[in-house]
Amino acid sequence: MSTSVHETSNAKASRTPRWLKATIAAFNANKTSWIGLVIFVLVVILALLAPWISPHDPVEQDVLSKLKPPFGNYYLGTDYYGRDILSRLLYGARISLVIGIASTVLALVIGSMIGIVAGYYGGRIDVVFMQTLDMLHSFPSLILGLILVAMLGPTMTNIIIAIALTSIPSFARIARAPTISVKEREFIDAGRALGFSDTRLMAGHILPNIFPEILVMGSLWLANAIRTEASLAFIGLGVKPPTPTWGGMIREGFENILDSYWLVLAPSIAILVIVLALQILGDGLRDAIDPKLKGEQ
Amino acid sequence: MGGFLLKRLIFSVVTLFAVLTLVFLIVRVVPGDPAQVILGDQADAAAIAALRGRLGLDRPVLEQYFSFLGGAVKGDWGVSLVTGRPVIREVLDVLPWTLELTFVSMVLGTAIGVPLGVWAAINRNRMPDYVTRIASLIGLSFPPFVSAILLLISFSLVLRWFPVISANRATPWQWFQSIALPALNLGLIMAAYITRVTRSAMLEVMQEDYVRTARAKGAPWRAIVWRHALRNALIPIVTIVGLYLGILIGNSVLTEIVFNRPGLGKLIIGALSQRDYTMLQGMIVIYTLIVVLVNVATDLTYAFVDPRVKLK
Repeated sequence: MSTSVHETSNAKASRTPRWLKATIAAFNANKTSWIGLVIFVLVVILALLAPWISPHDPVEQDVLSKLKPPFGNYYLGTDYYGRDILSRLLYGARISLVIGIASTVLALVIGSMIGIVAGYYGGRIDVVFMQTLDMLHSFPSLILGLILVAMLGPTMTNIIIAIALTSIPSFARIARAPTISVKEREFIDAGRALGFSDTRLMAGHILPNIFPEILVMGSLWLANAIRTEASLAFIGLGVKPPTPTWGGMIREGFENILDSYWLVLAPSIAILVIVLALQILGDGLRDAIDPKLKGEQ
Repeated sequence: MGGFLLKRLIFSVVTLFAVLTLVFLIVRVVPGDPAQVILGDQADAAAIAALRGRLGLDRPVLEQYFSFLGGAVKGDWGVSLVTGRPVIREVLDVLPWTLELTFVSMVLGTAIGVPLGVWAAINRNRMPDYVTRIASLIGLSFPPFVSAILLLISFSLVLRWFPVISANRATPWQWFQSIALPALNLGLIMAAYITRVTRSAMLEVMQEDYVRTARAKGAPWRAIVWRHALRNALIPIVTIVGLYLGILIGNSVLTEIVFNRPGLGKLIIGALSQRDYTMLQGMIVIYTLIVVLVNVATDLTYAFVDPRVKLK
């Protein structure tokens, strides 16, 4: 592996920010990450362009053309209410992405803060924080999410909060371990000697050093969040109909699975493609930044 | 070893109480009156007050907390608001179905995952390794209900090898037919996980000095892989299997729904849709109990596979 994430010698020479260089280097270290990134970006673009590229209105019902199989007037067929599946798929991507990204960012911010504070201070704070999170972590995340959404009510905000709550422990754990080693480094001692506050040391000096690791987990957890959202919607705890969501489409299609199984196929494949893309992306990046795994490729 | 186990047991009991307290708090903190939610918007005040009394919601919060904890410990989880039967009976009626599914899936997942992981590791960067890694990546990407639906479509609807509804165990053949697809679904996803962990654990162990020594001594390759390396690689694998049991129980909820199989999953979804408040509380207790028991079992298995734990 010729490219190193820590190439910093010529950082001064160019104006490209160091984190961007490191990210590109990490992507180049394992080229498959690019495949994941390209697919993910494509899905994002399709979701953004949904209002312009959708052939039909995603919630417009047409009972005369209900349960039409694919490849006719409707590329992916129609559902029980005669709604165009392709249009619902494109709009559904928006819900999956918004809930997935918002819950992951929320969990990433709160989890990393807890992890850095626990790792930096150590001692009792560490024990209390991490034991509490371990307890939360030991509970199956789908069931925890399910209970939370059921009790809070299935609105978009509540679904985001519930999914974020289930992944906070993982982010805290990921942020804590490197914090413990980084805080022993000389530049932290130097900062302390210069009278920097703990907050400044944590936010300005520890965070940038451990951020790549957190970000990699972010892409893997985004895959997980999209999966959880779809699972909740499949159970009936998704954003309320008629708003299209992939999990909700599978739920509705499942009722007609005996005679029109294409209804569940399109959203199933959509979920699979985006989760697989994120998984490839995260995996590649993890291999690139984890020195233990280096050279395994 | 005794101290280690005692510490883990105490931690488990603390976890149990902490999770129960957390659940109790979440239920109380959430805005809205459960009695109102159960009876709907049209219910009159008298009916709501009566239900509040029946659920014990009119008592002071601390009193409710202690009676909830006491009930949870004694196995008195109240009466289902829908069926009128004790919650614990309802739970115990379907528990064997979920445990059976979880157990068979776990065995399947481990039986497929560990050998595949070893195979990939000893063929590192060759075809078997690539194929296994791609397959496990795809397996990891499947939400369990999506894979369940795809299995249902292929094997029950198109090929017609298995029944659509999986809840018959009158004869061994019917039992096999009813559990095959649900267990395959959960087992394959688990195998994807286990394969990865086994592969990386084996890669790490194969670089250790004692493996090199064994090779230098001329020990047979098969013995080196299975006895020297795998035995040591088993420790992270056991951790993952233990951790994964929690995920497995979560995934079984969705699998039970797709295959229309009785179990805790169908019970909790039914309780959710019918707003069976006492049933939900009972379900939370049983899930917590299972998770805590699994953690203790994982710790015990550690001691079994890793003699070094005993020395501590």
